[in-house]
Amino acid sequence: MDPLFTWTDFFVLKPAILLSLFGCGILLTDFLLKQGRWNALTALVGEGFVAVALWQHCEDVAANGQRFALGGSMAVDGFSVFFNYIFVVSAILAIIIASRYMDDEKSNRGEFYGLMLFAQAGMTVMAQGYELVTLFIGLELMALSFYVMVGFLRNELRSNEAAMKYLILGALSSGFLAYGFSIFYGMSGSTNLAAIADAVAGREISDPVLLIALVTTSVGLFFKISVVPFHMWAPDVYEGAPTPITAYVSVASKAASFAMMMRIFLVPLVSVQELWMPLFGAVALLTMTLGNIAALTQNNLKRLLAYSSISHAGYILLGLAAGNETGLKGISLYILVYIFMNFGVFALISAMRREGHATEDIDDLNGLMHRHPGYAILMLVLLLSLAGIPPMAGFYGKYFIFLGLLEAGSYLLAIAGALYVAVSAYYYFRIVRAMFLIESLEPAVIAPGLGTKIALVASAVFTLLIGLYPEPFINMATGSILLSLR
Amino acid sequence: MPVTHYLVLSMALLIIGTVGVLTRRNIIVILMSIELILNAVNINLVAFSDYLQNINGQVFTIFVITDAAAEAAVGLGILIALFRNKETVHADEIDILRW
Repeated sequence: MDPLFTWTDFFVLKPAILLSLFGCGILLTDFLLKQGRWNALTALVGEGFVAVALWQHCEDVAANGQRFALGGSMAVDGFSVFFNYIFVVSAILAIIIASRYMDDEKSNRGEFYGLMLFAQAGMTVMAQGYELVTLFIGLELMALSFYVMVGFLRNELRSNEAAMKYLILGALSSGFLAYGFSIFYGMSGSTNLAAIADAVAGREISDPVLLIALVTTSVGLFFKISVVPFHMWAPDVYEGAPTPITAYVSVASKAASFAMMMRIFLVPLVSVQELWMPLFGAVALLTMTLGNIAALTQNNLKRLLAYSSISHAGYILLGLAAGNETGLKGISLYILVYIFMNFGVFALISAMRREGHATEDIDDLNGLMHRHPGYAILMLVLLLSLAGIPPMAGFYGKYFIFLGLLEAGSYLLAIAGALYVAVSAYYYFRIVRAMFLIESLEPAVIAPGLGTKIALVASAVFTLLIGLYPEPFINMATGSILLSLR
Repeated sequence: MPVTHYLVLSMALLIIGTVGVLTRRNIIVILMSIELILNAVNINLVAFSDYLQNINGQVFTIFVITDAAAEAAVGLGILIALFRNKETVHADEIDILRW
């Protein structure tokens, strides 16, 4: 009989184990030492260890290709390594922004960083899972940590309310997802994705059971990536959550949900592509329409970015609707770029204060160019990238996704996507206009801490770097494409 | 009993739960409706596990039950924090965040 737990299993699980250990460690040291300032540092050290473990994964993939562990329920491949690195980068950015922000909000407690690491452990399981139970538990670990983090400002009604809405809709979507999973289990008698792939391939495409499973699973995942018509929670949660968590939810949780979506739709469901591709195309089109149009009228920056992030999810979903190698490369690249441009903007928002309170209206940025020209120029880089203007990084993600659509022959979707880029430029330029052209009578104080400054500068630098010298990043994205489609 | 009976029951529970989440005002009742949905999943899994003579479904069920418990704990915790700031458990009175 095989041993229950081997070194390979340990090797494959190492990022998740390290994150859980450091998360528990932070809870313990926070309780024993009562020295709040060490928590963020401990979390960063944990991220360092995880990055090293991922480097080992990376070398292993280069040598051995895809590898399975724990009876085939976890995998290591280029896909999982790429997404795990994305989670590490976004967690580091969230931690360094949060340490100052949570101090200002007077709720800088150890659990906060512990929960960040637990959420990230859930994400690594989502990216590596190759089996339904594992994927579901990874998703729930992430989601439960996020519900608490969104509601972390206990004395603030907005934060409570956002957490409550997030929990109700999140739990509803998890229920739908689990229902879809249970039907996949019934169809195949196994929870392993490879076994489900065989069972699905043997079914008629018009089989109603398959259809129910496909629809409930898609609904569950659509909620998590916040696409229309399951996007209602996103603006409320983004507005009510502490700003570093808004950034973390909008980037990392979305990336993890996309990773899980690709694992499910590109491994077991790849044989019924013609069933889900039109669905994804239609949903992406609706999402871009509503996200871009609703963003036009927003005055709250966090809410505007929520609608913009809904429309970005629509673009990323277009890559799946294209369903070819170029489209998937576009998804990976888009998500990579999206971390930097989104985190940079949220870093600046987290530093805005008015009489000691966080403030987040577009008007608060008025005249930023005259007061802090450095920040204004960094913001300009990030906003141009979000709009997808060519020299910036945001252009390349969109470029590959549209190219994938053209290769797949979906001209209509490609044209619609390109048109909505023009609409989105309008609301990003509204922010630029406030910063550069409008004089401010009562300026908001913008005093970022050291971590926030580093996050802002690093985000802008990477956005420019990926835009001007994209080759290595495109190669990384190519290496992350799921094997089944190569 | 054939497996279809169980599947019809679980489908009914899923629909009742979803309608409950979407229409009820009281957040506690909404949380109960979410439990109904997760129990629909459990019935499905156990029925399939029995029908296929395969243990995986029962393992999945235990994980789903654990998750439901964790979700209820977090949900009630958040509701208590909310109740301290605004004395209501009605979903339609929680309305500061709106466009």
